[in-house]
Amino acid sequence: MSDWIKVGKLSDIPRQGSRIINSDEGDIALFRTIDDEVFALRDECPHEKGPLSQGIIHGKNVTCPLHSWVISLEDGCALPPDEGCATHFPVKLEDKNVFLKY
Amino acid sequence: MIGNGMAGMRTIEELLKLAPDAYDITIFGAEPFGNYNRIMLSPVLAGEKTIDEIMINDLQWYKNNNITLHANKTVVEINRAEKKVIAEDGTFESYDRLLIATGSNPFMLPVPGGKLSGVIGFRDIHDVDTMLDSAKTKKKAVVIGAGLLGLEAANGLKLQGMDVTVVHIMDCLMERQLDKPAAKLLQSELESRGIKFLLDARTQEILGDDHVSRIRFADGAEIEADLVVMAVGIRPNFELAQKADLECDRGIVVSETMLSSDPSVYSVGECVQFEEHTYGLVAPLFDMAKVCASQLADIDHKHYVHTETSTKLKVSGVDLFSAGIINGNEATDDIIFQDPANGVYKKIILQDHKIVGVVLYGDTFDGSWYFELLREATDVSEMRSHLLFGQAHLGDSGHGGVNDAIAAMSDDAEICGCNGVTKGCVTKAIIEKGLQTLDEVRAHTKASASCGSCTGLVEQVLAHTLGADYSDSPSEKPVCKCTDYTHDDVRKAITEQKLTSLKALMNAMEWRTVDGCASCRPALNYYLIAAWPGKVEDDYRSRFINERIHANIQKDGTYSVIPRIWGGVTTADELRTIADVADKYEIPTVKITGGQRIDLLGVKKEDLPAVWGDLNKGGMISGHAYSKGLRTVKTCVGQEWCRFGTQKSMQMGIELEKMTWGSWTPAKFKIAVSGCPRNCAEATIKDFGVVAVDSGWELHIAGNGGIKVRVTDLLCKVKTEDEVREYCGAFMQVYREEAHYLERTAHWVERIGLPYVKQRIVEDSEGRKALNKRFLESQVYAQVDPWAERASEGVDAHEFVALTQINKQQ
Ligand SMILES: Cc1cc2nc3c(=O)[nH]c(=O)nc-3n(C[C@H](O)[C@H](O)[C@H](O)COP(=O)(O)OP(=O)(O)OC[C@H]3O[C@@H](n4cnc5c(N)ncnc54)[C@H](O)[C@@H]3O)c2cc1C
Ligand code: SF4
Ligand code: FES
Repeated sequence: MSDWIKVGKLSDIPRQGSRIINSDEGDIALFRTIDDEVFALRDECPHEKGPLSQGIIHGKNVTCPLHSWVISLEDGCALPPDEGCATHFPVKLEDKNVFLKY
Repeated sequence: MIGNGMAGMRTIEELLKLAPDAYDITIFGAEPFGNYNRIMLSPVLAGEKTIDEIMINDLQWYKNNNITLHANKTVVEINRAEKKVIAEDGTFESYDRLLIATGSNPFMLPVPGGKLSGVIGFRDIHDVDTMLDSAKTKKKAVVIGAGLLGLEAANGLKLQGMDVTVVHIMDCLMERQLDKPAAKLLQSELESRGIKFLLDARTQEILGDDHVSRIRFADGAEIEADLVVMAVGIRPNFELAQKADLECDRGIVVSETMLSSDPSVYSVGECVQFEEHTYGLVAPLFDMAKVCASQLADIDHKHYVHTETSTKLKVSGVDLFSAGIINGNEATDDIIFQDPANGVYKKIILQDHKIVGVVLYGDTFDGSWYFELLREATDVSEMRSHLLFGQAHLGDSGHGGVNDAIAAMSDDAEICGCNGVTKGCVTKAIIEKGLQTLDEVRAHTKASASCGSCTGLVEQVLAHTLGADYSDSPSEKPVCKCTDYTHDDVRKAITEQKLTSLKALMNAMEWRTVDGCASCRPALNYYLIAAWPGKVEDDYRSRFINERIHANIQKDGTYSVIPRIWGGVTTADELRTIADVADKYEIPTVKITGGQRIDLLGVKKEDLPAVWGDLNKGGMISGHAYSKGLRTVKTCVGQEWCRFGTQKSMQMGIELEKMTWGSWTPAKFKIAVSGCPRNCAEATIKDFGVVAVDSGWELHIAGNGGIKVRVTDLLCKVKTEDEVREYCGAFMQVYREEAHYLERTAHWVERIGLPYVKQRIVEDSEGRKALNKRFLESQVYAQVDPWAERASEGVDAHEFVALTQINKQQ
């Protein structure tokens, strides 16, 4: 059963930045775009597990720090020509609080 | 399909492109892997590649394409009546269409002892593993056969540390591809690498109890051997087809549609015989794959025609190319160029004004051009007198550079022999798809994706097509896909319109994306801080992780930390601090870098602030080993200790580092100072190199180690230490103000020319002083230790701690 878990406040995450959540199954990266949308992905690039949380965030994408694959924050999948997806978690914002479905 | 190798899988890939849903595909492969690039087994053996790197399609790929792969299952029977194939373990599948692509087997000499353990062929991953294992425990390897495969095996085994002897029945190497002079050059090159040769030697018996121990030759001589690699030829693997009564001769006989004698059974690869030909190189097999796929897909029915192939040897540092016939006769004319001292030999064989053969050793640049002339049977009488000097010299210029040679190549000239990719095809892909890197060209065209020997050529085509844009030095092209403006446009707009933030800049220049991308943001951020030191905010979210975290990210997501060690001169206290930090934080690797610093590798991100805090306490600050900025100033011991030293190079180096540390530059910037022209600090491959001479200091600029080594240009000579500092500051400042982001000084100086730099720095003394002044002013804002801010002032604290912890079992 997955549940909505409150993980923090919107202001905890820098705009165009990210924060890590530790979980029992590895880190999850929370991203906040320039337009204050929040997304969550497993912090592992589909290429060679690079920590996506450390990438540069632009639009609704993050560029992996290791070999510059561009990963869409909306579904966790690499933009062509690269292929593969990082696990994606639903996120919602209520009253500037961030909830993650996990 | 039977056979999961290069020809068969290429056919499947082509088929998927043409008609992805036409068939349910099932594949039997005797090897326990997906499909790999067999050609690259040689570089794997030589330790230049790993097995992972040579996988073409891993098991996941088969799943993604809905292909059933029975890996590790050898087919033992084809039942044509019932249209089914049966594997050793009983697995069977039925077919509507069958493709046989079983390749070939290494030919094992039928001599006594040929089956002893330690006697192997060189064909698959298993063979390579056996060789690598032997290299660990055993000493003496003997390779029988001095053809392409044998020499690549010998080279690899030698690099793995074995004592290697190549035994060959003829009196010269690669006699089918090389004439005597070229073979001699090759032999002496390989001998200089420690490989021994026994020519004119007929192997008679392999001796040993159960493992090989010696080889005996026909003349009675014997040599020791712990490993014997037979590379005397290959035999098409058609036994299975023969048992099923398909027409076979020296291979499975196929028509020009790749059909065997059974209209439901196709065959491609080394197992086939087409007309009187059998095959041993991939280029024609990839042609077969295209033909076969078009037939299977029932689209654009192609026909196979036999073509000439050319040969290259994949031994690093040996350039060799041959095609066509190699030894002339009465009917032919040989044109020969020989420069044994430089290891260059070229021979072109002409018959009726046409090229019928080429042998090149040492300089193979024009190989593909000659090969094109050969294949197209071009009449070369007009160019005969220039032919040997290559395509670039056909024009009127006396000495064409590489670029001219590329320009002179016709669009039909084949660049990649393995995949039959022409220059025109590469250029078109580069332009139409906006490709910028070798990898992109590989992905889109397959050029240089197989044996890799044309990599240099593909890079040159890239460089030629992109002009100065190539190799990280963007120039006339737009900054990135977010805009049509160039780097120079942006820099101009920033100063002219007094733009002081990323947002203002993107607005003013009508960026197409909300907040740029990972290419433009770091560039724009740099241009802003370089233009307005102290006045604009350094946008850390537009910096690559290393510059944001002030450490270098490693492949496993940990970081490396390099404290500054001024001029490479340290103290016992500093070393103690570093040692204590390494102990306390359990840092797994401590490494001395090429720039005379100490690298602590494997630091966990959350430990970084504490590590820095401890280093700060020991008096050390960030070494900026991660920055597009000043990295290190390397020094030799110089006059302080060295008996040859003419000036105090350590002191000069430390002073330069104290002056320049913390500066941001378009790309990394390295300095070195040597105490005399012996140049122990390697100052002539640095961005700014200082070499002491009796009467003062020589200043060198724009050197580069790395992929393409570039030796510095001499800027000028100065007398005093003050001048060294002033020229250094001024040079860094023009570079900071005018180069494009990510453009190293070497590329920048090549783009704008040395005379321009001399004019700005040497001739215009007022200008030089002003530049140096601007440099020093910007340093006031730049010289803040980023570690201290984070270790004790809580800057960017959120970077280092997790937001929270969540668990499934809550
Ligand atoms: C070390 C090395 C270096 C080389 N270098 C070059 C080079 O530089 N340039 C070049 O052009 N070529 C080179 N070649 C040759 C090139 O690799 C071959 O031409 C090419 O691999 C042949 O492709 P293929 O599909 O016909 O056979 P393979 O690639 O050998 O594939 C055949 C596959 O079928 C499988 N198989 C066989 N029988 C059965 C069965 N009964 N059931 C199930 N599976 C079966 C085999 O296990 C094998 O995996 C090199 C080869 C080697 C070994
Ligand atoms: S460069 Fe000259 S002064 Fe410096 S260590 Fe070498 S020999 Fe000595
Ligand atoms: S690990 Fe992300 S691009 Fe390679």
